[in-house]
Amino acid sequence: MKLIDLANPSRFLALAERVLPWLTTATVIVFAFGFGQVLSAPDDYQQGATVKIMFIHVPAAWLATFGWALMTAAALGTLVWRHPLADVAAKAAAPIGASFALICLVTGWLWGTPMWGLRNMRDVTVVSLSDARIASVLVLFLMYLGVIALWRTIEDPARAGRAAAILILVGAINLPIIKFSVDWWNTLHQPASILRLGGPTIHPTILLPLLIMLAAFTLLFLTLLIAAMRNEILRRRVRTMLILQAEAAGR
Amino acid sequence: MNLGPHMTFIVSAYGVAALIVAAMIAWVMFDHRRQLRMLAELEARGITRRSERRNGDPD
Repeated sequence: MKLIDLANPSRFLALAERVLPWLTTATVIVFAFGFGQVLSAPDDYQQGATVKIMFIHVPAAWLATFGWALMTAAALGTLVWRHPLADVAAKAAAPIGASFALICLVTGWLWGTPMWGLRNMRDVTVVSLSDARIASVLVLFLMYLGVIALWRTIEDPARAGRAAAILILVGAINLPIIKFSVDWWNTLHQPASILRLGGPTIHPTILLPLLIMLAAFTLLFLTLLIAAMRNEILRRRVRTMLILQAEAAGR
Repeated sequence: MNLGPHMTFIVSAYGVAALIVAAMIAWVMFDHRRQLRMLAELEARGITRRSERRNGDPD
């Protein structure tokens, strides 16, 4: 099968049915291995056992931004190439990306509360709005909700796809802000410790479980994305058939 | 395994993540079943898409 064949929704559905069982199995296996590594990972010399939150916080942060990057590529596919699956991919990715952004925020708050000495919700709110990294991820989460709301507002999928694509491209400005926020501003959030010049600053005994969990969560994201794209194609078929039914009833 | 004095925060973080992931999986699975059920109902009523009627190609 050529890559261009995937532009055909029926061929994509056939491929999804073949690929999803394998992806699901791979996700479960890598997660099982990852959790084994997480359980045996040592505590951090400063943060103690709370470092275990990093094994879900960092993958969630990666997938929240990856989700929007993927939607940006899909938005270009919608506006420039009018690829038939582009807005299907963007629409399917939005709730998944939003969920990972929410996991990132909540696990960040739960990790930061004991480590930064936050005493109550007021402290959490003040830090969330004043720390550039947390605030930019909060903006990302709100943008995801905005895109989801836009899709629900416009009934015609093609029009909704084009409107959402513009919003997604505008929102992509936030991605470099999230990445470099810890370099451009003084933040409570620690600076980059994996993707940085000079290599990772994390000890291998903690880095290895983190990389495995990153792989596991990425597989989960891809599995959910393909399944959600399949559902969206089916939803559009249902919509087309309902319109045809209404047309037939009107004649 | 000793999770130390901040066990509540660690367990809560994993619990929230598990709940959100479980919700995503449930959403995808139930949505799939719902769309398949609606397609089957429409086909049972004799509704077919134009492309299917034209050449049998299910696009």
